[in-house]
Amino acid sequence: MNTNKEILQEKEYTILNLGPTHPATHGIFQNVMKMDGELIVEAQPTIGYIHRAFEKLAERRPYNQITPITDRLNYCSSPINNMGWHMTVEKLVGIEIPKRVQYLRVIIMELARIADHIICNSVIGVDSGAMTGFLYVFQWREFIYEIYEELCGARLTTNIGRIGGLERDFTPLAWEKIHKLLNEFPEGLKEFENLLVRNRIFMDRTINCGPITAERALEYGFTGPNLRAAGVDYDVRVMNPYSGYEDFTFEIPLGTNGDTYDRFMVREQEMWQSLSIIRQAVEKLEKMEDKTTFHADVPNFFLPEKEDVYNTMEGLIYHFKIVMGETEMPKGEVYHAVEGGNGELGFYLVSDGGRTPYRLHFRRPCFIYYQAYPEMVKGAFLSDAILTMSSMNVIAGELDA
Amino acid sequence: MSSLTQEYITEQLQSKFGESIQSMEMLHDFLTITVEKNSLKPLMKFLHDDETLNFHFLTTLCGLHFPDEAAQFGIMYQLHNMPANCRIRIKSFTNDSEPVFETMSDIWPAANWQERETHDFYGFRFHGHPDMRRILNMDSLVGWPMRKEFPLEDPFRGDKDDKMFGR
Repeated sequence: MNTNKEILQEKEYTILNLGPTHPATHGIFQNVMKMDGELIVEAQPTIGYIHRAFEKLAERRPYNQITPITDRLNYCSSPINNMGWHMTVEKLVGIEIPKRVQYLRVIIMELARIADHIICNSVIGVDSGAMTGFLYVFQWREFIYEIYEELCGARLTTNIGRIGGLERDFTPLAWEKIHKLLNEFPEGLKEFENLLVRNRIFMDRTINCGPITAERALEYGFTGPNLRAAGVDYDVRVMNPYSGYEDFTFEIPLGTNGDTYDRFMVREQEMWQSLSIIRQAVEKLEKMEDKTTFHADVPNFFLPEKEDVYNTMEGLIYHFKIVMGETEMPKGEVYHAVEGGNGELGFYLVSDGGRTPYRLHFRRPCFIYYQAYPEMVKGAFLSDAILTMSSMNVIAGELDA
Repeated sequence: MSSLTQEYITEQLQSKFGESIQSMEMLHDFLTITVEKNSLKPLMKFLHDDETLNFHFLTTLCGLHFPDEAAQFGIMYQLHNMPANCRIRIKSFTNDSEPVFETMSDIWPAANWQERETHDFYGFRFHGHPDMRRILNMDSLVGWPMRKEFPLEDPFRGDKDDKMFGR
């Protein structure tokens, strides 16, 4: 528990190296901690252990080849990153996406949000000593990965969708699995909540653990569930709706203390909201007359069917142009943000008309809010520092880009 | 959409920083303002402190490099006024080969690591920054990797030069 006790300076301190590889940090982070017994006096984070120079790589890759790079940012919710990137390019080019495709994308993005929050919340449980819940809900994450597999063929680094739409329509099996998730996951999630939400040990461990005030969180550039846990109702899906989010009714769960328990609860509630959004999307799609569109009509960006490539001149020409990067790109600069699993994921793209971005900058939410970590754990116990870190949902791939 | 109008912002900035503003334009949905380097910090402070403008949130910042321009190095900031849901982009360029910008980390602590990242990538220094070290790359790296002249791969490969990327 963060006791914020005054720490005497004359003491002899211990320097403790937490990480880079440590079973309790869930990723490659190093923190050199100055300890007064079990209390943290100072933490010095070192990051960059898995830096892969994504921004530099992106300057040498055609637009469609950047999608796999975005997979590897927040790999717990790759589809959101993929969609965010597609929408950025679509904004630059000015592609209008049909409603059906937008709703299909919403379903994918909300599935990804659930998968992300499942990991983060169950890991908070693990770090406070409750392994069981983690094992229960991981089966559901696995199930969501099965849905991804049906939608795009991949599970973790999905590369889902294409510029201009989706690579393929949802298959009947995918729909079946989505309906199964909608029907059966609430029970599993409820079971998970019953294990933790009012659990005395869990509450004692997490309430007042690593708190941050709303003012401080805003100054530190917090976004996503971490900011909402502090009581600020900022959600990109509502503030700057994209992909048809304006058509959905959902609530933004809020916390008050910005501590580990609030962050846990905000994510927990968000999963229920995501389920409701998916349900609404399925209903909207069922009512829609259009049952087949899965991409916009943009032959310059969307690969034609293989059959057309072999049998028609236009198909062959477009295929060649896309693969060889002969498509005209407009000049300009755009910023597009999506609500990622852990905050506002932004893409700042400068195009000079070349085949590759001239400059691509990722606004990576956890890189920005992880700066607050030393301040949040100062004066706390080491075991609380571990919990605070897992509740912040810091993903190494996104942190280091 | 937002209660803070573009006209109001441009008017306010024109009256305060008229001389030093080089351009104001709408790029897609973003009001983008290019300002002289010397006025960058006062302008940012004004945007942050003014009660109506109230750009209290620093969304992101990053470096820019245009080797063919006279002022080749630049920096871009994006600010957000959440209550009014208004976003703004500020840019500033310099022809200095070793640019030094004023730090924004005293206004927005969020700028701390992002400025370190920009330093790491472009070699810019931020005057007044509390901890100006590399952040993502190793300390022994020579050069500034995001500058355009820094080769991503073997620079003699003919299949990977600029004309292959439509430039």
